Amino acid sequence: MIRLLQNIGSNTIDQIWRLGAGARLFGLTLISSAESIRRPRLVTKEVYATGVLSLVIISVSAFFVGMVLALQGYHTLQKYGSSEAIGVLVALALVRELGPVVTALLFAGRAGTAITAEIGLMKATEQLSAMEMMAVSPISRVVAPRFWAGVIALPLLAALFSMIGILGGYLVAVPLIGVDEGAFWSQMQANVDWQFDIVNGVIKSVVFGVACTMIALFEGYDAPPTAEGVSRATTRTVVTSSLAVLALDFALTSFMII
Amino acid sequence: MTQNIVEIDKLSFGYNRKLLHKGITMSFPRGKVVAIMGGSGTGKTTLLRLIGGQFKPKAGEVRVDGQVVHKQDREGMYQLRRKMGMLFQQGALFTDLSVFDNVAFPMRELTDLPETMIRDLVLMKLNAVGLRGAHDMMPTELSGGMARRVALARAIALDPDIILYDEPFAGLDPISMAVTCDLIRTLNDALGVTSIVVTHDVEETFSFADYIYFVADGVVAAEGTPDDLRNSTLPFVHQFVHGEKDGPVPFHYAAGDYKDQLLGPDA
Repeated sequence: MIRLLQNIGSNTIDQIWRLGAGARLFGLTLISSAESIRRPRLVTKEVYATGVLSLVIISVSAFFVGMVLALQGYHTLQKYGSSEAIGVLVALALVRELGPVVTALLFAGRAGTAITAEIGLMKATEQLSAMEMMAVSPISRVVAPRFWAGVIALPLLAALFSMIGILGGYLVAVPLIGVDEGAFWSQMQANVDWQFDIVNGVIKSVVFGVACTMIALFEGYDAPPTAEGVSRATTRTVVTSSLAVLALDFALTSFMII
Repeated sequence: MTQNIVEIDKLSFGYNRKLLHKGITMSFPRGKVVAIMGGSGTGKTTLLRLIGGQFKPKAGEVRVDGQVVHKQDREGMYQLRRKMGMLFQQGALFTDLSVFDNVAFPMRELTDLPETMIRDLVLMKLNAVGLRGAHDMMPTELSGGMARRVALARAIALDPDIILYDEPFAGLDPISMAVTCDLIRTLNDALGVTSIVVTHDVEETFSFADYIYFVADGVVAAEGTPDDLRNSTLPFVHQFVHGEKDGPVPFHYAAGDYKDQLLGPDA
């Protein structure tokens, strides 16, 4: 019994400590960003690693998500005789929710794990210590460029996700099911709002970009320098990022809708 | 200008409550090769990190060029570190950069030298360690000994006053070992630096070091020139220098009674 209480207590303290350490790293990253601004090449190299290399998984998933949305949407909408609204349904679902959220989840799995493993291994092989000893700050040279790369890449990937998703939805709805093409596009155009739908979706993806990248960086930076430590940190990156994205999505949506 | 470039004064340090160092005092005169020896796990590497200011001592202090390391602010610490070059145990080369870029890294990050001059300097540093021909290879293509030498070229890239070597011989074949020994001595004398070598390889160290400290149980157990130590009658030094398996340093890590544990109810 006492042991149980002890465990709960020590885990809680541990989690709070990690939260603090993460926040500290976030702060340090922000104030160490001058180097990234002065040398944009450091950032573009990481945008390639996190963004460009995630293109395949993002585009393929988006295509399928869009197609499934159109199928399911048509199935329900036709009961009410409003199957022309399928375009709006697909577009709104993607731009408001699925684009940012699914992209962030895939991003955590594809790019987040890569960041955690890379930084964890750099730490395990003393590369970060070596930088410290050379009087080069690893936070401004390694952490900050990756952070900004993630924050830039995720909204772009989310936008691409929504676009390809809509294309997938179109292919199912119009050529396959036979919904009227004009109605599909014009209803979408009339009912998707720039400020309320698109800008809010972009805000979400920026927030997710900050959260996912920072979690991945922190887990890598904090990983014990062993094979087991890095592997556990990588797992934690996916779990924590996914939960953070879903929770943040709820919080942001409730602010945006009310 | 003090005569000793690095001084360790009554230093105590430990990771948790247990103290790893209990009042260590050492001094490293300019221009000498000084070795710190001791068994595995006696905190030799930690000592180097304390000199480099990566850890804060619990008591006592480390002075580099007369300045107390742990009292420096971030900027002062970076200034001090620019006087040091450190060779890590496994080299710690940046795996995403080529050999050339690894050696150029500190120059590009910390100086405003033009790229043409960096190119010449890098080739000179690589030539000093005999690896000019490997400049376009990636670290993963190098053998352990070569990686160590590239790391050494990187450590001397900005002409430091002090070179810290962390186990420079660990895992090297006899030829690489002889090459590394020779390099440590020649670089020390040619560049006029001070070398601090952490190691447990007796024969190699005795062949090139000017002065040796033995660390055991968190204190300096013995010190002296290689000849002094070879003839030392201290039981610990004798055991270490001659590589005997039992002596003052027991073969068994402290444990409870063997019979009781085997026959006891739980492990």
